[in-house]
Amino acid sequence: MKKLMTGNEAVARGAWEAGIRFASAYPGTPSTEILENVANYEDIYSEWAPNEKVALEAAIGASFAGGRSMAAMKHVGLNVAADPLFTSAYTGVNGGLMIVSADDPGLHSSQDEQDNRYYARAAKVGMLEPSNSQEAKDFVKVAMELSERYDMPILLRLTTRVCHSKSIVDLSVSRTEVPFVPYTKKDKFNPIPAISKKLHSKVEKNLRELERYSNESPLNYIEWNSKKIGVVSSGIAYQYAKEVYGDKASYLKLGFTFPMPIEKIREFASQVDELVVVEELEPVMENDIKAAGITCIGKDRIPREGELNPDILRKALINEENETISYDSSTVAKRPPVLCAGCPHRGLFYELNKKKDVVVVSDIGCYGLAPKDIAICMGGGFSVAHGAQKVFNMAKNGKRCVGVMGDSTFFHSGMTSMLEAVYNKSNVLLIVLDNRITAMTGHQQNPGTGYTLSNEPTNITDISEVASALGVKHIKTVNPLKLEDVRKALDWGLGFDDPALLITRWPCVLKKLSLADTDEFGNYKSVYTVDPDKCIGCKACIRTGCPAIEFHEDIKKATIDRSQCVGCSVCAQVCPKNAIAREVK
Amino acid sequence: MSDIKNILLCGVGGQGTILASKILSYALVAAGYDVKMSEIHGMSQRGGSVVTQVRYGKKVWSPIIGKGSADIILSFEAMEAARYLVNLKKDGHVVVNNYKMPTATTLSGEEKYPQDCIEQMGKVASVKVLNAADIAADLGSTKCMNVVLLGALVKLMDLESLAWDDAIAACVKPKFVELNKKALAAGMNAVS
Repeated sequence: MKKLMTGNEAVARGAWEAGIRFASAYPGTPSTEILENVANYEDIYSEWAPNEKVALEAAIGASFAGGRSMAAMKHVGLNVAADPLFTSAYTGVNGGLMIVSADDPGLHSSQDEQDNRYYARAAKVGMLEPSNSQEAKDFVKVAMELSERYDMPILLRLTTRVCHSKSIVDLSVSRTEVPFVPYTKKDKFNPIPAISKKLHSKVEKNLRELERYSNESPLNYIEWNSKKIGVVSSGIAYQYAKEVYGDKASYLKLGFTFPMPIEKIREFASQVDELVVVEELEPVMENDIKAAGITCIGKDRIPREGELNPDILRKALINEENETISYDSSTVAKRPPVLCAGCPHRGLFYELNKKKDVVVVSDIGCYGLAPKDIAICMGGGFSVAHGAQKVFNMAKNGKRCVGVMGDSTFFHSGMTSMLEAVYNKSNVLLIVLDNRITAMTGHQQNPGTGYTLSNEPTNITDISEVASALGVKHIKTVNPLKLEDVRKALDWGLGFDDPALLITRWPCVLKKLSLADTDEFGNYKSVYTVDPDKCIGCKACIRTGCPAIEFHEDIKKATIDRSQCVGCSVCAQVCPKNAIAREVK
Repeated sequence: MSDIKNILLCGVGGQGTILASKILSYALVAAGYDVKMSEIHGMSQRGGSVVTQVRYGKKVWSPIIGKGSADIILSFEAMEAARYLVNLKKDGHVVVNNYKMPTATTLSGEEKYPQDCIEQMGKVASVKVLNAADIAADLGSTKCMNVVLLGALVKLMDLESLAWDDAIAACVKPKFVELNKKALAAGMNAVS
C-alpha cells in the first residue's frame, strides 16, 4: 500500500517498523508531529517529556536497559539536550538509539537558523539525512542498525520541508519485533574519567569504521548523466538540485552524511568537469570536501542564509529565472500571525504595556506575538529578567523587569530560571501565563494539564506549589481577562523587593476543554457587539489588538466580527463609552 | 519537467485549505501520479497567511513551486491570491474566492486593504471569481466553501475523471460526505 505522508508521519511509521519501544520528545515546530504520530502505534511507549534534555536522557536510559529508543526535538531543542548527547556518544548504546533533530532553515517558526549538522561533527556521532518521506521512514531502521553495530547514538537530521511536505511512502513492510538486548552492568555506562579516556579511543575507532561504511553505503549513491557537472547533495537540497539540473548533471546523493564518504566523493569528482556542492545553510559538506583537497563550487554561489528553493538555485547556478507576471506587490498588506480573538494573554499584555519603566522579558510561545522588549530562549524569561534587573538596580534608572513565560515553558526550563531569581534575591515580577496547554505547537499536554501524550490522566503539577517550594514568598493567581484584577495584581507584584509570582490562569481559546477545565472555567463563550450610536471612534478597542475588531475609517466606528468573537470582553472593558456589550439573544 | 503540474492553494489560517489539498492529493495518488505536497504550519492557527503547494506528474522532485510556475492558484481569500501571484505561470489561472479578510495591520489602520485587488489581478492574469461562501450556503453550510473552491480547480485542471467520491469519503467525516460531494459538483459548475 502506498500513502502520501509527511516526513514526520513517516519517521513515526519507521519507528514502528524498526521495533522501537521507547520514544520521548518535547514539542517544537517542525518536529512536533513525530511524537504525536508515534503515539498512534500502541507497540511503542511514547511520552512528552518536560524538555528535550530530559527526553534524551530518558531515551538513553531506555537504550541502556536494552530497548530500541528515540528522542525527537527541534533544532534549538538539541542545544538543551546537548549535554547528554555528547556523553552518550562516548557511552554508546545497548538497544539502538536515534535522536531526531528537526532544523528550520528559513525560520518558519524559530528564533535562529542554526545548522545541526555541526552537532554530528562536534559530538562525534553518525548522521542520516532523508530527502523525502520514504527515506525518512527507511532511515529510521538504518539508524537503529548502525547505532547497534557502531555502538553510538545516530542523529536523524530533518528540515522543515522534509518534516512538513508530503510524498509517497510504501507501507508494505510491517513491524519487526526486535528482542531486548540483555542488560548487564557495563563500564561504559559509567563514564568516569578513567573509563571515558578508553571510551574516547573507542569513539575514534568507531568513527573510522563508520567512515568506511559511509564510502560503501548504498545510501550514498551516484546517478550518472552528463559528466560536465557533478552535484554532491543531501536532504531536501538534493530534490531542488534535481529540479534545476534534471539530467544535465550527475549526482552523488548522500543519505548518510557524517562521517562523509570522502573517498567516494574524490572518485566522483575525478570523473566530472566541475563539482558543485548543493547544501542548505552552512558550508558543512563543502568544508569537509575542501579540507580533503577536493576543489568544488558551493557557498561562493549558493546563499548560506535562509531556506533554499529551486528559484534560488537556478539563479545561483545557471543564472536563469522563470518569467513571472508583473504585479505591484507593494499593495498587498502584511498578514502577520497575531494573538487569537479571545486569547487569554491579551488582557495581561494590555495592562502590562501601559506600565511605564517596565521592561517585559518574554521567551518562546504564543505570548511572543504580544508586545515585549526582550526574548532569548525557552525558559529564559525569568533569568534574563533577573540579570537585567541587577544591572538596572546598579544603574539606578528606576526600570523594573517583568519576566513572562507560559505554563509549558515554566516546566521546560523556567523552574531553574525562577530559582535563579529567588536564590540571588532579585526584585523582579515573574508571570506564568497558564493557559492550561502547550498552545504554540498545537496543543500538547504538559505536566500541569493532568494528561499524558496518550491522553491518560496523570498527576497535575501545580505551578504555585512549585514556586512556593522554590522559595517565592508572594504568589497570586488572576483571571487575565479581568483587566482591573490584572491591573491591581501588577501593582501588587511590583511592590516587593524580592521575587513575586503572578499566575494568569485561563485556558487557551482554542483548547478543547477537559472536564476539569469546564468545572473550573465554565462555558464562558458568547458574542459581543458594538452599539454604533455609542461608539465615538476613539479606537481604544482596536488597541487591544483583537483580530475580531475592525475599524471603519469612513464612518469612524468599530465593529466586531461575530464569527471570530468568543466573548472574552476585554474590548468592552476598555471602551470608555460602554458601547460594547454582550449580545442579547 | 513539462509533464509536472503545479497547484498553489492559499488563504488564511482556519479557512480549510488543508482539507481541500488533502482531498486533492488523495485523488491524485489514487490516479497513479507521483505527488508531492508542501505546507508550512506552526503559526497558521494564529491568523497568518497559509499556503499549500501540490505538484503531480510522472516523477516529482521538489515539493515546492517556484516563481512563474503554478498552473493554477486557488485562493480562499481575495488579497492572498495577489500575494502569491508571482508564482503563477504566464498562461496560468487564478481562481479567487470573493471573500476579503482584514489583517492585523489593516484592522489597526497601519495599512490599507487593497479593495480592488481582484480587479487589478484581472488586468494581468486569467482570473475567475467565485462567491464560494454563497454557493456553500445555498448547499446548506458555509463550511463546505473550501470544497466548492476545490471543484473549480478540478474543472480548470481537467481532473474531472478522478475518483473524487472516494477521495471525499476518505478525507471527511461520513455525515459530511454528501454535502461535500455536492459542493465539489457546484464548484465545477461555477466555472464551466
